[in-house]
Amino acid sequence: MKTDHKKYLIISNSDSVRLDAIPVLPYADFTAAVETLLLKPETHCVNYFAFPDHDGLKFIICIADDLQKELCVLSHKQDASGGRELASLTPRIPALHLFEREIHENFGVFFTGHPWLKPLRYAQERADQAADMNAYPFYRIDSEELHEVSVGPVHAGIIEPGQFRFICNGENVLHLEIQLGYQHRGIERLMLKKDGLLQRTILAESIAGDTAVGHSLAFAQVMESLAGIPLSRQLAIERAIALELERIAIHIGDIAALCTDIAYALGANIFGILRTGIINYTQSWCGNRLGKGMVRVGGTYHPFNETLKKNLLDALSSFEKMFVELSHRAYKLPSVENRFDDIGTLSEQQARTIGAVGMVARTTGIPRDIRMSHPFAGFKYYPYEPVVLSKGDVFSRFLLRRKEIKRSMAWIRDVLSHETFDEASERPVTLASLAPDSFCISLTEGWRGEICHCAVTGPSGDLRFYKVKDPSLHNWKALELSLRNLEISDFPINNKSYDLSYCGFDL
Amino acid sequence: MFDEIKIIRHNGRQFIPDPVTAVVPAPYRGRPEIRPGKTDEQALVALCPTGAIKTGPFRIDLARCCFCGECAFRFPEKVSFTNDHKLATNDPERLIIREGQTEAIRCDQTRIAKQIKKMFGRSLKLRQVSAGGDNSAEFELNAGGNANFDMGRYGIEFVASPRHADGILVTGPITKNMAAALQIAYDAVPAPKLFILCGTDALSGGIFADSPALDRSILDKIPVDLYIPGNPPHPLTIINGLLDLIS
Ligand code: SF4
Repeated sequence: MKTDHKKYLIISNSDSVRLDAIPVLPYADFTAAVETLLLKPETHCVNYFAFPDHDGLKFIICIADDLQKELCVLSHKQDASGGRELASLTPRIPALHLFEREIHENFGVFFTGHPWLKPLRYAQERADQAADMNAYPFYRIDSEELHEVSVGPVHAGIIEPGQFRFICNGENVLHLEIQLGYQHRGIERLMLKKDGLLQRTILAESIAGDTAVGHSLAFAQVMESLAGIPLSRQLAIERAIALELERIAIHIGDIAALCTDIAYALGANIFGILRTGIINYTQSWCGNRLGKGMVRVGGTYHPFNETLKKNLLDALSSFEKMFVELSHRAYKLPSVENRFDDIGTLSEQQARTIGAVGMVARTTGIPRDIRMSHPFAGFKYYPYEPVVLSKGDVFSRFLLRRKEIKRSMAWIRDVLSHETFDEASERPVTLASLAPDSFCISLTEGWRGEICHCAVTGPSGDLRFYKVKDPSLHNWKALELSLRNLEISDFPINNKSYDLSYCGFDL
Repeated sequence: MFDEIKIIRHNGRQFIPDPVTAVVPAPYRGRPEIRPGKTDEQALVALCPTGAIKTGPFRIDLARCCFCGECAFRFPEKVSFTNDHKLATNDPERLIIREGQTEAIRCDQTRIAKQIKKMFGRSLKLRQVSAGGDNSAEFELNAGGNANFDMGRYGIEFVASPRHADGILVTGPITKNMAAALQIAYDAVPAPKLFILCGTDALSGGIFADSPALDRSILDKIPVDLYIPGNPPHPLTIINGLLDLIS
C-alpha cells in the first residue's frame, strides 16, 4: 500500500485499508487525477460510487492498472452545503456514464454535461421516488420513415425481463436501447440489513444465480479481508477450480444455445448434454448444480478431496472426448460460420469507450482478465493466461467460449497434477468482526467478466455501505452498439452471444 | 453426414429413461428430516438465514428454506437432508417438515379440480415469468427441456405468449418493478389457468423476503396451484411436481 503524490492510494485485490488512508481531493483535482489515470490504455474503472457520509456524500473511484497489477483508489467528499451539482466526467470518459447515472439516481447528484442522466434501474431507494418505470425516457427519432419495435419486459422463452426498444429503418436497426431494472431486489441495501455472515453469503449467491460462485467468492474475499481471516492455499485453489467449472458449464450451455438459435439441432442437443455432466459434477461436490453452498466465509463445508479429484479428472476426460469431436465439426460447418461471421461486431475502440470487461473485451483484442491482472484465490499460485481474439463479432464470442473451456480444463488439470488434497480444508467461520472505518475492494473474474464488490465499514465494524458490480453493467452497452445497422432478425443470436445478466445489473 | 452419425453414436443414449424413478445422488439436498430429541432449538432458529426454522413444535418450512444445509452441518444429530427430490405440492401445509416426519411430499389430489387433469393431463403449455429471479430457477427450467430430462415427452412445454399458455409459472421473489407485468401476463392467459410458484424466492421471497423492493400482493388475489421448492429446484423436482398436478 502506497500513495502516489497523495492523489490516490495504491492497493491490491482484496486489500482492506482505513477509510482515512484514501486521499480525499477537491472535485477539480479528483476529476483531473481520474482523467490522467484513465488516459492509459492499460487502466479502466472497476467501480465508482457514492455513499452518505455524515451530512454529505463521499465518492470513491477504483481504477485498475492491469500492467502494474495495482488498484488506484481516490475519493471526493461533498458536504451537504456544497449543493448537488458536479461537472460530469462522462463527456471525456464515456465509460463512466453508468456510474454517474447510478449516483444521480440514488442520491440526486446532478452531473452537468452528462449527455442524459436517465434512471438506471429504478432502485427502491432512488432519490426521485416519483420516477416511473413505465415512463422511461427512451431515445426517439421522430421520422415518417422510421418505426419503433418494442419488446418486453416479458420475452419469448424462459428468460429474465427487460424492455428493448429498437428504432428501425425497414429491417435495419438504427438504434437499440435497453431499459432494465425489473429484477431489482435491493441487494445492496439488504446486505446492510442482514446481520449474519451466512445470510449475506446466501444473498451474494443470489445476485446472479448463474454466477453463484463468482459473486459469492467476491463477497467472501471482502469479509475475509475485513475480518483478517487467513486462508489456506488449498482453499484458495479449490475455489478457483469451482469458478472454472462454473465458467466451463455456462460457456458450453451458451454454445448450445447459440446452436439452438440457428437451428443446428445436433450442436444444440449434444453441447447441452455436455453441460449436464459438468454441473452434475459440481452437484456431486457441493450438493447444488449451480455451486450454491460451495463458497463460505473462511472455509467450506465441501472440502475438495482425492476422490473428488479423481472424479473430476474422469468427468473432464469424458467431457473432452465429445466436446472435441463435436466442436471440430460444429465450428467448421459453413452454415454455422455463415450465420455468426461478421454479425454484431464490436470494435476495440467501442469496447474501450464503454469500458467493456471480461469476454466482451477479450473478443475485441483487449487482454482484460482479473485472473491475470489482479490474481485472486488459486490464480495466485497457478497463473492464468487469458484467451484474446480480435474480431469482436458473434463468431468471436462463439469461438472464445470454446477456447476458454479448453484453457480452463488445462488450468484445472495442471493444478490437479501438482496438488494433493489429503486433508480437508478449513470449516466456515460463523462470526467475524470486521475492521472499523475501513474500505475493501474485491475482484473476481466470473464467466461473463470482472465482478467487483466493495464494502465500507463504520466505527464499530458494522457494514455501512456495500457495492456490487456485475460485468453486465458495462457490457449491455456493447449489445446495444453492436446491433446497429444489423437486421433486426439478427438480434436473437447477437443477444445470446453476449448472454448478459439482467438480475446482476438490476441488483 | 457420416461425421454427424458418428457423433450421435459416440454420444450414446443420454436421456433419463424415467424421471419419476430417477435418483439424484448425495450430497444433493432434497427433503430434510428432523430427528426427535432435545437440541438447542434457539441456536438452530438463529442460524437459519431465511427464517425457515420455527419452534413450538420444531419444524422447517420448505417454502422458506434455501437448502443451504447449514442446519444439518451444524446440528447433524437433529437435521439431515435426504436425496428425495420430490418436493412440490399444492398444499403449503405439506411443505412444513416436522420432527420424525419421513413421508414423501405429494400433491393433495382432492384439491385438484377434475378439469385440470382432463384438460392439461396430456398437454400443458406454460408461460414462465421471471419476477426478480436470479436466473437459477430459470436455468433449471430450461434444463428440464433439454435432451437429458426432456419434459416435452409428457407434453409439458414453455411457450412464448401467455395467450397460448395454460398457466403462469413464476420465478423470483416478485419485485415491485415486475409486479404489474406479472399481473398483465396472468390476465392474458385464458381460463381455466394454473398459477405455479417455482423456487424458494417465488414461494416466500426467500433471502429477499424482508426487502422493501418486493410487491407480493398478487398472491393475495390469485390462488396458487403448485409450490415447487428449491434454490433452485432440481429439474426432476419441477417435472415430478408438474406431473403430480396434471396426470
Ligand atoms: S437448510 Fe434450510 S432450514 Fe436449514 S439453515 Fe438452511 S435455510 Fe434454514
